[in-house]
Amino acid sequence: MKILVAVKRVIDYNVKIRVKPDHSDVDLTNVKMAMNPFCEIAVEEAVRLKERGVATEVVAVTVGPKAAQEQLRTALALGADRAVHVETEERVESLAAAKLLAKVVEEEQPGLVILGKQAIDTDNNQTGQMLAALAGLPQGTFASEVKVENDKVQVTREVDGGLQTVELTLPAVITTDLRLNEPRYAKLPDIMKAKKKPLDVKSPADLGVEVTSRLTLEKVESPAERKGGIKVGSVDELVDKLKNEAKVL
Amino acid sequence: MSILVLAEHHDGQLAGATAHVVAAAQAIGGDIDVLVAGENVGAVAEAAARLDGVSKVRVADHAAYAHQLAEPLGALLVELAGDYRHVLAAASTTGKNVLPRVAALKDVSQISEIVEVVDGDTFKRPIYAGNAIATVKSADALKVITVRTTAFDAVAEGGSASVESVEFVAENSQSTFLKQELAQSDRPELGGARVVISGGRGMGSGENFKLLEGIADKLGAAIGASRAAVDAGFVPNDMQVGQTGKIVAPELYIAVGISGAIQHLAGMKDSKVIVAINKDEEAPIFQVADYGLVGDLFEILPELESKL
Repeated sequence: MKILVAVKRVIDYNVKIRVKPDHSDVDLTNVKMAMNPFCEIAVEEAVRLKERGVATEVVAVTVGPKAAQEQLRTALALGADRAVHVETEERVESLAAAKLLAKVVEEEQPGLVILGKQAIDTDNNQTGQMLAALAGLPQGTFASEVKVENDKVQVTREVDGGLQTVELTLPAVITTDLRLNEPRYAKLPDIMKAKKKPLDVKSPADLGVEVTSRLTLEKVESPAERKGGIKVGSVDELVDKLKNEAKVL
Repeated sequence: MSILVLAEHHDGQLAGATAHVVAAAQAIGGDIDVLVAGENVGAVAEAAARLDGVSKVRVADHAAYAHQLAEPLGALLVELAGDYRHVLAAASTTGKNVLPRVAALKDVSQISEIVEVVDGDTFKRPIYAGNAIATVKSADALKVITVRTTAFDAVAEGGSASVESVEFVAENSQSTFLKQELAQSDRPELGGARVVISGGRGMGSGENFKLLEGIADKLGAAIGASRAAVDAGFVPNDMQVGQTGKIVAPELYIAVGISGAIQHLAGMKDSKVIVAINKDEEAPIFQVADYGLVGDLFEILPELESKL
């Protein structure tokens, strides 16, 4: 079985973001970028499925600017066999990304597609579900456990209040939650080897998809600053303030 | 212009989240219908009909919708969406699971976790884990939206909407429900809790998280943790509050032994009231805390528990 795993280049999660002075967007110039943490979990799961003999090939795919090839190389160093880069400098919304990925799914015919549950930049949590819808596949979102058996996959999902297990027919789309696994680090020899692995570059036009959005970003603002509060001197004072001033007890 | 709200329900009860989503629908303006989809959901539909501002409750009561799997529920919403300009659901795991599917099938964008309605086309939503607020405008004829429930006050009860049944039954051969394991604790789920008490590296060990339990029980609070506490192996990572964990906005958030790194603040700084308990009076958490108490958590926690 072939596994397709989608990764996204995002701002490193340790970086404190800055909003541009003209409020047009977040300022990403000279900011450290990295693979989205949920995508790392997706790559790890795909590689583990290959190590267990479930998958025969792992293909990493990304949609994004030229620089996103760094993240594909990271995925290759972590164990993906080859990579597909859908290159575009445009801002790609989830729906367009899902349309592009659906075309890659059509070309590659994977048995399983794994994505992160959300990217830490737009925080949309949409692409996996949209891809499943467009490709006509079932979805196992927020996965904390994945078991492939014959032509089905059992996915344990983190839902409000606990865990839910569903069985999906393959091919299927899975999105990863935090508990699924602990991603490994890329080792130096693997990083060197990854440079020689195949990386195929396509454009949205090659795939016949227009990257337009009917969603416009009107403004980006910093959130309201919280006013620093007060320090209380004792537990009694704290309880009193919470009861009588904040009225939350 | 009319709005369809997907009702949130668990164990045959209407979930509180629905009243918050109806409030967001009121901010958009227009007739509000509520869809209750599930199996044996008569009581849920009656409860939904009592919410203020609801014109009509549409009930899809069928085994096909028993566990609200994304495939049949998505197909149902796609079937009904043609009658509406807006489809809204809570940004719960159910809403997040199904609404993007509906949006893609209708070839429209989905707008996630709105915190403010500017007008019927324009919404505010947090991005970068709440470190920026984006105003987005949709030119789609149908707006598919999830709502951050903590950002809208729940509507009251007092309405008496009509209830009608939906006959459409979605076919689904792709997904099957196998089992559900609900958390055994009586504590609320982290994402929806009114009060959250979290521990950080300062807790010292996983064992010491027990100190939070008595307080959590008294306050009906969920227990969370910082990434530092998770990375130190004190608690499992599903308890993590922060940029790569859960994002919470309870009425009261109590941070114990948490320094307040930006990744953690991103997950909780929209809480209404923040309390910090930390022995380091220079800790960044005090810059966002409404009430700070400097001192040894091992002395403060038992005292706090006894005085609640």
